[in-house]
Amino acid sequence: MNQGPPILSVKDLKVGRGGVSVLDVPSLDVFEGEFLSLIGGNGAGKSTLLLSLTGLIEASGGEIRFRGNAVSSSRDMLNLRRKITMVFQEPLLFDTSVFDNVASGLKLHGFPGKNIRPVVEEYLALFGIAHLSGRSARKLSGGESQRTSLARAFALQPEMIFLDEPFASLDPPTKESLIEDLSSVMRTKGITAVMATHDRMDALRLSDRIAVMDKGAVIQIGDASSVMNRPENEVVASFVGVETTIEGTVRDSNGGLLDISINGAVIRAVGDFETGRRVMCFIRPEQVTIESTPSRTSARNVFVGRIERITPMGFFHRLSIDCGFMLSAHVTHQALQDLQLSEGAEVAVSFKATSVHVIKR
Amino acid sequence: MSKINIHVALSVVAVFFLLCGSPLFAAQKNIILATTTSTQDSGLLDVLTPIFEKQTGFFLKTIAVGSGQAMAMGAKGEADVLLVHSPAAEKKFMEEGNGVSRRLVMHNDFVIVGPAADPAGIKGMKSAKEACAKIASTGSLFMSRGDNSGTHAKEQTLWKASGISPEGQKWYQQTGLGMGQTLNVAAEKKGYTLADRGTYLALKKNLGLPILVEGDSRLLNIYHVIEVSPKKFDRINAQGGRAFADFMVSDKVQKIIGTFGVDKFGSPLFFPDAGKDPKDLGL
Amino acid sequence: MELILEGIKKAFWLLFTFDPEVMGITLLSLKISGTATLVSLFLGVSVGTVVALNRFPGRRFVISLINTGMGLPPVVVGLFVTIFLWRNGPLGFLQVLYTPTAIIIAQAVIATPIIMGVSLAAIQKLPENMRLQILALGATRFQMIVILIKEARLPLLAAVMAGFGSVISEVGASIMVGGNIKGYTRVLTTATVMETSRGNFDVAIALGILLLLFSFIINAILTGVQQRERPR
Repeated sequence: MNQGPPILSVKDLKVGRGGVSVLDVPSLDVFEGEFLSLIGGNGAGKSTLLLSLTGLIEASGGEIRFRGNAVSSSRDMLNLRRKITMVFQEPLLFDTSVFDNVASGLKLHGFPGKNIRPVVEEYLALFGIAHLSGRSARKLSGGESQRTSLARAFALQPEMIFLDEPFASLDPPTKESLIEDLSSVMRTKGITAVMATHDRMDALRLSDRIAVMDKGAVIQIGDASSVMNRPENEVVASFVGVETTIEGTVRDSNGGLLDISINGAVIRAVGDFETGRRVMCFIRPEQVTIESTPSRTSARNVFVGRIERITPMGFFHRLSIDCGFMLSAHVTHQALQDLQLSEGAEVAVSFKATSVHVIKR
Repeated sequence: MSKINIHVALSVVAVFFLLCGSPLFAAQKNIILATTTSTQDSGLLDVLTPIFEKQTGFFLKTIAVGSGQAMAMGAKGEADVLLVHSPAAEKKFMEEGNGVSRRLVMHNDFVIVGPAADPAGIKGMKSAKEACAKIASTGSLFMSRGDNSGTHAKEQTLWKASGISPEGQKWYQQTGLGMGQTLNVAAEKKGYTLADRGTYLALKKNLGLPILVEGDSRLLNIYHVIEVSPKKFDRINAQGGRAFADFMVSDKVQKIIGTFGVDKFGSPLFFPDAGKDPKDLGL
Repeated sequence: MELILEGIKKAFWLLFTFDPEVMGITLLSLKISGTATLVSLFLGVSVGTVVALNRFPGRRFVISLINTGMGLPPVVVGLFVTIFLWRNGPLGFLQVLYTPTAIIIAQAVIATPIIMGVSLAAIQKLPENMRLQILALGATRFQMIVILIKEARLPLLAAVMAGFGSVISEVGASIMVGGNIKGYTRVLTTATVMETSRGNFDVAIALGILLLLFSFIINAILTGVQQRERPR
């Protein structure tokens, strides 16, 4: 994926607001055809980064290059804005028909009038809103509105598209079907995209690469699975869904296999650290297996612990288990009943050595 | 952004001046006539204006205010010619050098009107002065214009002659309105008032206020036309002012004045007096 | 009572026979107030938009000035416009006192803050990101402003109607700066006042009915606009 020169790259991008730095990105490259997601909590700087990448807000310092050319003058900014586009969390439709909304960007670009209709119709169909063409934008549901907004953006056939929390206001089923349609359009059109989201599942489903942001900085960037499974620090870990974060000391290191001592317990993990090193261990809850009694498994790590708390999480339950250290695990409702799990009960937990991601403390 | 703002601002200014600028070229054709409400409300000027404009090519702008305000406008150079009926104030106006010439145009007379029941019992009295004294002594409601108009000035001379200072008395109220409206108010409140005959005749049918006192020489209402002096202000249209003054005293117009209102009221509203000596009228 | 009935009867006769005097006054009123409203629309929308879209020191003060201006008493406007337009006043060289232009100026002074205030509020009420969205679709600054104004068109229409309604029914300023000159600056309101004082109640009533008719039409349009305006 990372071959070739980047389509968009920034150096030392800084944005300040009222004298306070809200964004500081020493370097970021976006490559042709990739889908990059920016994830992070509220105020992490995702939207600010998107808006400065698109030239919609002025950076207080740094350089943006689009296809190798610096974007500096306001004329450059307009040229950039004519090659890219952006979709916001709110649909921000104009008070006119769905058709005219989708056509609006093309008109702004000075697209020849007679060529507008076929393009608009193509994108109405791609986003499944062809039947709404003549309807007033005031009379759309949330999902229909966001589809119109996306169609309006994609109809411009931009070289890049920026999406700022495009699904955040939608209910789950609406969001589901929209993500399906969006990813199919992305595949067929092969547009480069940068999306800001606070939902790591959305990011995982759509992205080639993920950048995790915190306090105005990109704290980890990499392909989706590596960021998910190998967070580089606690903040990233918590954001990508790691629920167990424990500190320990390497007691033995042998051929890439580690024994890490935690409060007297010993965890087997994979990694390369010298003995005596303080480390952090990250364990994703869905990679922890629960049994009523310890059995033979291929897992290296088997512990017996007591269930401290059971928290219903919708489709699953989260168990907080004390096995010398606190471990978090997810089980289905079915498993909860089958294993007759309750708070205070003793259970056996197991996880593979490869499920433990170890970083330096 | 700022560039666009400047463009917007410039075009706004341009449009504004286009709108304002259009009448600039017609300026010297305009004459501002400041006159009393009675000449407008009687309809006399509606008859005379088109004749004047056709004859001279000037455009006459008639601003109907009280005589007092009309002279104030003249003194400030905001009017070119005045048609007013407040002789004492007119003399002062001339003495202060505000006017070039002052010529007698016409007269009618004032009448004291009041409710048919006539609570003050002034009906048929020959002396306006005594009628006023009686209204005061009986405390009957009297509506005054109170607007510095010629009528108001006349009314004040009557009170002065009868030795009464009505200001602040409970029975004496000031409307601050024109003649027509003051008559309407007097009719509503069943009060007495002093009115010029022209306006009174025009409104008579709706009022229910009969004439109670008339014919006293003190009740004469004399109109003069005054050309405002161009010496103090260079924007005075002296030529236009002279043209209108000449027009008003011309034989043709004097004849029109003498017959104006006959068809509608059975008697003329004004009597032409051009060239007469005011003393002949009993002043 | 007979007087009123007589007046109303004659008034309708004047209306249905398209009495030239009444029609002339009506057309003049529409022309003057319409022009004043157009000027106000231009000034009000442009300044309102600029203030809505920019942050600058003293902005709050400017906004409260505009809001105060929305309730300017017409007589006060009439007084100040008269003073400015006097032959010997600061703008005396324009020689426009007692002309329709003078009325247009005074009425524009009355209506401009109304339209300015409403367009300011209407543009500010648009979603915060709307500007960015329009720019992100490749709009120039100018295109963005045009679209924003288009998006605010319903409240702006309401503002125009309110502005027009306030100036066509205003008498104080019109009589002071226009002088109620027959066939020239005599508009519906000043004519109504004069005809009343002349005792011509029939004409006054006919003019009054026309004024009522206009305010009814204006309110009908306003109501229609407000009925259409629902949150998206």
